[in-house]
Amino acid sequence: MTALIELVNITKRFGDRTVLNNVTLQVQEGEILALLGPNGSGKSTLLKLMAFLLHPDTGEIRFQNVPVTVKNSERMRLQSTLVFQKTLVLNTNVFNNVAYGLKARKIPKTQIAEVVKKALKLVKLEGFEKRPARKLSGGEQQRVAIARALVLKTKLLLLDEPTANLDPKNAGILEEVIATANREMKTAIVMATHNMFQAKTLPTRIALINDGSITEVGAPAEIFSKLSKNLASFAAVGNTFRGTARATSEGTTIVDVGNDVQVEVTGQRQGEVAVFVNPQDIILSKSALESSARNVFRGRITEISDLGSLVKLKVDVGKAFTVQITKRSFNEMELNLNAEVYIAFKASSVQVL
Amino acid sequence: MNQILDGIVKAFQLIFSGDPTVYGAVYRSLLFSGVATILAVLWSIPIAMQLTLKDFHGKSIVKGFFTAMIGMPTVALGLILFLIFSRAGPLGFLGLLYTPAAIMLGEAILITPLIVSIAVSSIEAVDPEMMNLAKTLGANDSQTSVTILKEGLNGILFSNVAGFNRAIAELGVALMVGGNIVSAGAHSTDVLTTDISTLTAQGDFATAIALAVILLLIVFGINLIVFLARNPRVLIMLGRTPQ
Repeated sequence: MTALIELVNITKRFGDRTVLNNVTLQVQEGEILALLGPNGSGKSTLLKLMAFLLHPDTGEIRFQNVPVTVKNSERMRLQSTLVFQKTLVLNTNVFNNVAYGLKARKIPKTQIAEVVKKALKLVKLEGFEKRPARKLSGGEQQRVAIARALVLKTKLLLLDEPTANLDPKNAGILEEVIATANREMKTAIVMATHNMFQAKTLPTRIALINDGSITEVGAPAEIFSKLSKNLASFAAVGNTFRGTARATSEGTTIVDVGNDVQVEVTGQRQGEVAVFVNPQDIILSKSALESSARNVFRGRITEISDLGSLVKLKVDVGKAFTVQITKRSFNEMELNLNAEVYIAFKASSVQVL
Repeated sequence: MNQILDGIVKAFQLIFSGDPTVYGAVYRSLLFSGVATILAVLWSIPIAMQLTLKDFHGKSIVKGFFTAMIGMPTVALGLILFLIFSRAGPLGFLGLLYTPAAIMLGEAILITPLIVSIAVSSIEAVDPEMMNLAKTLGANDSQTSVTILKEGLNGILFSNVAGFNRAIAELGVALMVGGNIVSAGAHSTDVLTTDISTLTAQGDFATAIALAVILLLIVFGINLIVFLARNPRVLIMLGRTPQ
C-alpha cells in the first residue's frame, strides 16, 4: 500500500511546551488508523498537523509524496478534512452547514443539493435540511459535522474523539458511518480516541501516543497483546488499571490494582497486567446488589458530566471508575456529588490487556 | 412643563405640515450621518478583522487606542478637524471646511473607534476554532474571513447602528466643521442637532423641543426597525391579537 501521508521527525511546540516530539508516522491509503492515548498526549495537535492547519517546528510532512509547505497548505487542505472534538456548527441551517465545503469549492448548486441529501441520509438526518443546526442535540450536531466532512470526499478524513460525548445510539450511528465511508469511498481515516473498545473494533492499525511521542504502531491484536508492557502509557486512559494478576483455583484471576481494589476477571493470568472495563458495562446502585457480578465495590461519586440523555459519573472506590447511566436513572436515583454508591460488573466484561 | 407640551404639539404640527426647513434638517441629518456610517463601516470592519484575526506587534496598544477614543468629545474632534481643514491647515487646499463633506468625514472619524471596538468584541466572541473549521472545509483566506464575519454578524450590525446613533446625535463636529449654514440649498450644513442648539440660544424653545422630539423619533424609529428585523418573532407575536 502507498503511504497517503507521511510525518517525518515532526516536533511541535507551543511556547515552552513541546507537544509533539520527533514523531514519525505514515498513514496508508484506505486504512483506518486509531491514535490511542490519554488526554494531553498530543493527539489533537497531530490531527491538526495532518489537516495542514498547523505547521511543524521541525520535520517534514508529505502528502502523496509532495512536501507540505506554508505556501501549498491551502491547496493541500482540499485533500484532507478534520472533524473537531468539540462539535462546531455554523449559525445557519443543516443544509448550509453540510454544503459549506462544497460551496467553497464552487460546486454547482444542483450537484450540491443531491450530494447533501445523500450525506444526510447516511447519517440518518433526512428531512433536517431546514432546521437551524444550533438547535439540534449534541449527537445530531456531531452527525451534521461528519456529513459535512464526508461530502467533500477527501482522501484523508481526520476525526478527533468522534464519539467521546455521545450516547450509545449516536455513537453507534457514527461508528457505522465511519466504517461505511472507509469501505465504500476508500477514504483513509485517522481517528483519535481514548476509548479502548473503539480502538479494538474499528481500525486496521493502532498508534499509541503518550507525552507527544508515538510509542508503538501495529494491528490491534498485536498492540493489545503487548499492551501490558506499555502500562505507563495507559494509566490515564479511562477505566484502565495496571496491577498484579494472581490465578485462582476456580479458573479466574484476581488482579490487584492497588488501594485495596481487586478486580476479578475470567481466564487465568499471572504477573503484571492492565485491565479495562467499558463504562457501559458497569451497574450503579445505591445499595449492594445480590447478583452474579463478581466485582462489587463501594465508593463515592466524585464527578458528574451531563451528556444529554446520558450521564457520565466518576466513582472513587479506591480507584476511580467511569460509569455511564441514563439521565432517567440518574434522576430517579437522586444521585449527587459525594453520594455513596455501589458499582458492579461481571468478571467476563473485564478485558485484560 | 407648558413649554415641553407646546414643543411636543409643535413637533407634530411641523411633521404633518411638511415644513421645508424641518424636513431639510431631517434630510441632511439622515444623509450626513448615513454616509458617515457607511464610510466608517467600510474602513472599520477591515480594521476590526485585522485586529482579531492577525497577530502583530503592538496589537493590544492599537486595540486600547480604539477603545479609549470611543469617548472622544465631539467638540474636541471638531476643533482638531477645523484646524486641519481650515485654509491655514494641512488640508486647507481641499476646501472642505463648512461643507457637507466635512461633516460626513468628521462624523465618520468620530464613530470609527466605536464601530471598531464593538466589531472586535463581536468577532472575538466567535469560537476561535471557527477559522480552523472554515479552513479544514476548504475555504481560502477571504472565504474564511467572510465566514467569521457572518458568524459575528449580529454584533457587527449592532456596531453599525451604534455608530449611526452616535453620528446623528452629535453636535460638536457638525457645528465646528459644518458651520451650521442655513437656507443655502445644497450648501446648507445645518442638521437637527445644530438647529436645536441655535434655536435654544435664540429662545425659541418650542421649535427646539419640536426638533428634539423629531430627532428622538428618528433614533427610536430606526432602532426599533433594526430590532424587529433581527427579531421577527416579536412581530408575529404582536400580530396574534386575542380573539
